[in-house]
Amino acid sequence: MPTKIALAGNPNSGKTTLFNALTGSNQYVGNWPGVTIEKKEGKLRSDTYKDITIVDLPGIYSLSPYTLEEVIARDYLITENPDAIINIVDGTNLERNLYLTTQLAELGIPMVVAVNMMDIVEKNGDRINLDKLSEKLGCPVIGISALRKAGITEAAEKAAELANKKVPMTPKHRFSDELEHAIESIEGLLGDRVEDKNKRWTAIKVFERDIKIMERLDLDDSLKERIENIIDGCETDMDDDSESIITNERYLYISSIIKDCYRRKSNKKMTTSDKIDRIVTNRWLALPIFALAMFAVYYLAVTTVGTWMTDWTNDVLFGEIIPPAMESFLDSIGTAPWLQSLILDGIIAGVGAVLGFIPQMLVLFLALALLEDCGYMARVAFIMDRIFRKFGLSGKSFIPMLIGTGCGVPGIMASRTIENERDRRMTIMVTTFIPCGAKLPVIALISGALFNGAWWVAPSAYFVGIAAIIFSGIILKKTRMFSGDPAPFVMELPPYHRPVAGNVLRSMWERGWSFIKKAGTIILLSTIVVWFASSFGIVDGRIVMVDDVNDGFLSKIGGAIAPVFAPLGWGQWQATVATITGLVAKENVVSTLGILYGFAEVAEDGFEIWGLLASSFTVLSAYSFLVFNLLCAPCFAAIGAIRREMNNTKWTLFAIGYQTLFAYAVSLSIYQLGMLFTGNGFGIGTAAAILIVALFLYLLMRPYRERPIEAASVQASM
Amino acid sequence: MEVLKEVACGRTVTVQKIVGQGAVKRRIMDMGITKGTEIYVRKVAPLGDPMEVTVRGYELSLRKADAEMILVE
Repeated sequence: MPTKIALAGNPNSGKTTLFNALTGSNQYVGNWPGVTIEKKEGKLRSDTYKDITIVDLPGIYSLSPYTLEEVIARDYLITENPDAIINIVDGTNLERNLYLTTQLAELGIPMVVAVNMMDIVEKNGDRINLDKLSEKLGCPVIGISALRKAGITEAAEKAAELANKKVPMTPKHRFSDELEHAIESIEGLLGDRVEDKNKRWTAIKVFERDIKIMERLDLDDSLKERIENIIDGCETDMDDDSESIITNERYLYISSIIKDCYRRKSNKKMTTSDKIDRIVTNRWLALPIFALAMFAVYYLAVTTVGTWMTDWTNDVLFGEIIPPAMESFLDSIGTAPWLQSLILDGIIAGVGAVLGFIPQMLVLFLALALLEDCGYMARVAFIMDRIFRKFGLSGKSFIPMLIGTGCGVPGIMASRTIENERDRRMTIMVTTFIPCGAKLPVIALISGALFNGAWWVAPSAYFVGIAAIIFSGIILKKTRMFSGDPAPFVMELPPYHRPVAGNVLRSMWERGWSFIKKAGTIILLSTIVVWFASSFGIVDGRIVMVDDVNDGFLSKIGGAIAPVFAPLGWGQWQATVATITGLVAKENVVSTLGILYGFAEVAEDGFEIWGLLASSFTVLSAYSFLVFNLLCAPCFAAIGAIRREMNNTKWTLFAIGYQTLFAYAVSLSIYQLGMLFTGNGFGIGTAAAILIVALFLYLLMRPYRERPIEAASVQASM
Repeated sequence: MEVLKEVACGRTVTVQKIVGQGAVKRRIMDMGITKGTEIYVRKVAPLGDPMEVTVRGYELSLRKADAEMILVE
């Protein structure tokens, strides 16, 4: 069996850099079961030790039961029994980093402490006495620089050696006598219910009244009562709650050891990072600089490089190069027309739809990785938090939405930078409400055909999108699914530093690849299904390939569903079919309407059919049609991205179901209330619309109750 | 005693007590704000919230609503 070494440490401690340096390209990236948090494993590169797997735990500050990352890390440490722990500690921020160390030490697992950024510590003129620290902690302490790859092999091999020898970690630190006494009594009461090696850890967790541990232990009532008496007594004596007592004692202990092993050069000179921060988050300059940074990201990914490359892939590579070449090849070998169509219009179009996004995404991910790695991303959250938290979103939600104005697919993928799972899910759900580039032709069509190109139609589409985000944020925030896991916004602002090329490129590549892998299947399959439904139909009782979409299955399906949309004012089957093909790509709405109204090909804004459209739609029904298409389930590519980022089928279905229902409700209200105000009388539809509006208002106004704070749940609860 | 939320930028204060309970309190304390810790109030975000403080040698941002739980002197 391979030896497993867990890599644990605070966020921003250089853990990713160390993991990459230790494992090289030999990595496996997946997800922790049921959650959107990444799990990375890799083989240790070492000449002495073979077959050692390094498991990169989520970056955490503590082993409390409140955040998902913490619960995942401790569940792994307790239930999977890794053979050793490498605890990476940021030497420039020793005090807070050692807090986690004191908790890890209690688990009884062999441990090595790797003090990172020793080069910077020395440059600053500070001193850390590693030998003394090792003596105080009771485990080997090795100074490293993950960035310069100094000392890392030594640290890893030390951990491997301890793992082979199976030397359990025994923490040296003692709390105050009173607390030690209470912990000992609890240890005694637990008896042999707990393995010796993590008895101390369990006793401390029981003292903290840790919900998860208590559940797992499942003690009987009389025992619980005796333990509760011990805790109560201690709380009264020390005048604090048990959790706070432990935290306080840990920090007191750290302060006491740090006095002996750490010398800080006591000049109060401002560091380069401080100087940068003074400008970047300055009261007056922060917002302009933020706007500039966002503009740069948008300009690179959407306006120029990203879109150029993606357009080239779509229009040239998958438009002018591959299809004609493939077509002449298929012709030359005499392929049947249906197979040719499957390959050209189904498969190649589907593959093109997946790959077409990649260049743009890589550009975007490069920009995001740079912002994250240099430390600016944390400042984005700091600057924008005030606005976004009102809608249950994170300050970092700004970026997905900004990118979403160009294309929702990279927009959704950009939500990866949001740490909190609840904020991330919410962001994924609302990002595609913003009109993307592909929805613009639809807006142009409706505005041209029904509104004489009135100036306000396009801005109103953005207004509807933003309003949908705000309403959804407020409504969803109060639902049971989103009210759990309260997210305290107590966030570290790491020092700025020059991005590490290796980390940035790796992050860019991993995100791009995960899109191809996880989203690709959905996109490809759904493109093929729609291709089949539109190019095949029943003629004379046989399934045959049809030239005219009007004869295909799709038009029959459209006809069957159409009545559903009648209350929205557009029960014509053409509009329904166009909405369905819009799922392949939103701009298809225009070309499909063109074909269904008898034109082979129409301009991007479909002006050829403006007249026909004007006669089959009213102003109201057209606007309702537009709003529905803007807000309903996004294109398959975006659905694939949602699936990828949610990493959960139920959540994906919930997201697109919510979007479509929301779109339906809004369009229905617009149409029916519009009809009422234009003097068309009161009907069942009007009553429904009024009910919907009332329900909306209720959901908006009802008080927001943060659910009683519970421990974070690892299951993707729904 | 005053509330951390009210402390002006540029001042250094000492934590006296952290009120409240549960996840937020635990998080605040996990991050190193415990009784007796010195906190330097560095700045407030451009839109007025959250605030940035220096504690135990590093930068931490927290919302004013959460800073209400921290009593200082």
